[in-house]
Amino acid sequence: MNSEQIGTTATVPDRSVAALSLKGIRKQFGGVVAIERFDLEVQPGEIVALVGDNGAGKSTLVKMVSGVYQPTEGEILLNGRPASFRDASDARRQGVEVVYQDLALVDSQPVYMNMFLGRELTRGPLRLLDRRRMARETQELVDNLDVRIPSAKATIRELSGGQRQAIAICRATHWASSLVLMDEPTAALGVAETAKVEELIVRLRERGAGVLIVSHNLDQVFRISDRVAVLRRGKQVGVRSIAETNRNEIVAMITGAA
Amino acid sequence: MSEAGVATPAVGRLRWRTFNWREYVVYIGFVLVFLFFAIYLGENFLNWTNLSNIVIQTAPITVMAVGLVFVLSTGEIDLSIGSVVAVSALTGATVVRDTDSMILGAAAGLAVGAIVGLVNGFFVTIVRLPSFLVTLATMGAVAGVARQISNLQSVPVTNDSFVGLFGSGNVFGIPGLIIWSVVAIAIGYLVLKQTRYGAHVLAIGDNVGAARVSGIKVTRVKIMVMVGSAMCASLAGLLYAGRLHGARYTLGEADLMTVIAAVIVGGTSLFGGKGAIVGALMGSLLMGMLNNGLILANLSVSQQMIARGVIILIAVSLSLREKRS
Ligand SMILES: Nc1ncnc2c1ncn2[C@@H]1O[C@H](COP(=O)(O)OP(=O)(O)OP(=O)(O)O)[C@@H](O)[C@H]1O
Ligand SMILES: [Mg+2]
Repeated sequence: MNSEQIGTTATVPDRSVAALSLKGIRKQFGGVVAIERFDLEVQPGEIVALVGDNGAGKSTLVKMVSGVYQPTEGEILLNGRPASFRDASDARRQGVEVVYQDLALVDSQPVYMNMFLGRELTRGPLRLLDRRRMARETQELVDNLDVRIPSAKATIRELSGGQRQAIAICRATHWASSLVLMDEPTAALGVAETAKVEELIVRLRERGAGVLIVSHNLDQVFRISDRVAVLRRGKQVGVRSIAETNRNEIVAMITGAA
Repeated sequence: MSEAGVATPAVGRLRWRTFNWREYVVYIGFVLVFLFFAIYLGENFLNWTNLSNIVIQTAPITVMAVGLVFVLSTGEIDLSIGSVVAVSALTGATVVRDTDSMILGAAAGLAVGAIVGLVNGFFVTIVRLPSFLVTLATMGAVAGVARQISNLQSVPVTNDSFVGLFGSGNVFGIPGLIIWSVVAIAIGYLVLKQTRYGAHVLAIGDNVGAARVSGIKVTRVKIMVMVGSAMCASLAGLLYAGRLHGARYTLGEADLMTVIAAVIVGGTSLFGGKGAIVGALMGSLLMGMLNNGLILANLSVSQQMIARGVIILIAVSLSLREKRS
């Protein structure tokens, strides 16, 4: 399907500074330890997949990097600098964009307002919304990424699930300065829509962003990612380069059958 | 409705469903009610003085409706507006009586609204109680305050500039109350549709989670919306005091239902994310026209109440039927 894209994984990102590095992350909810001693680096221009069974702690990890939860212990570094986030919008200000599974879009607003949600452009002394400019820039962006929607002025409600997820990813692409997190971005999508979204994710890598993607779909992991990190019951079981592993090994790591 | 017709072809049914009644019900209703009264009451209803009286008399309703559109757009409700009308009118009238200063009176009236709005906003956002309960409680408490401070007596207003500004004045022959309505609608429209604040109000009502992760300051916006609504009610109170040359604790007592009906019929969603300012104007004119027509039709007060309730129920059910998704 995307065979030519699998072939392009040999991109040589600047490995000097990791887009994201997690050092000794631990997260405890009351008495429950959700994540223990987790280490991982995501380089610029690299897609790292995070896999594991239900309840392994994948979403918890993503939420810590996106500022929704604070780690109990450990260090998060963005572009080599220690980072701590008060909340999700704080993380967003520091260049971390998140594509949520449950679509953080405003249904009754047009595409362009969603693209600029919380960062609307204004003009004039009265600081009125510059709808025309937002619509134009949004149209350029979706055209650039080859996302097919009726128009940047279409209301989100009029779009299909795949188109909506594509919009969410476009937004992340547009604003992310270093890192994009995705928690099961294609879980609710059909085959064609998944392919489109995967194409967008691969483009993100070409633009030099680091991407950390949670996925239950191993075919997808092998199609688009460069490395895969396996989580089992909150512990990191291992990180493998896609070129040097295979499905059986990953499945064994996930289930603990190795 | 059309669902009952089994034989409806698929295409026709689809078009019926996608035709957005909520957008137009207020205009259709407006025209129908207007025509009905024009034909049934004739000259009595259909003369310039009567028609402009309708617009003048609905000015306080229109002003309150603007504030309520913002509240409903964030997915909250404000039931305290009727009581705020009375307490602000009384405060304004009392201060004007004691100081003979129009500015102090107006400022005092508006300040009372701001305080009630802050209290509402505090309990809705910081204490995180449903706005329905919070404003139900403040509605009662504020009505009590209005009785307390006035001792159930009216407070007359004789200050000419106060009466001129808020009630009976004219600008180039246009009654001041009509200008207040127009200004309130224009500002409301501009703020809701053309500013970041308005966009944030709508986003919060639509998907509060998305708003929050997008960096929108949900707490601050909700407090501002509650303060705005209460201050619109204060202004409405001052307009009543100006027009009636005095204030009384009963002012605004029947306005809550009228304002909610006007806003909902106008196309604002009760569940957030969608606000219609021009619709709210049409809604309040529709309510004013009903009031006026039913009085001219010589219905007794109790008959008027029944007729108004039934008509509001019909209008609201036509405009509020949410699409099943
Ligand atoms: N807010 C919370 N409070 C208490 N425990 C939590 C909380 N969030 C997650 N957990 C626990 O942490 C563990 C990891 O949950 P998490 O949602 O991260 O799993 P996941 O890997 O994303 O699973 P899935 O594949 O089902 O999405 C689970 O045992 C879960 O019960
Ligand atoms: Mg999860």
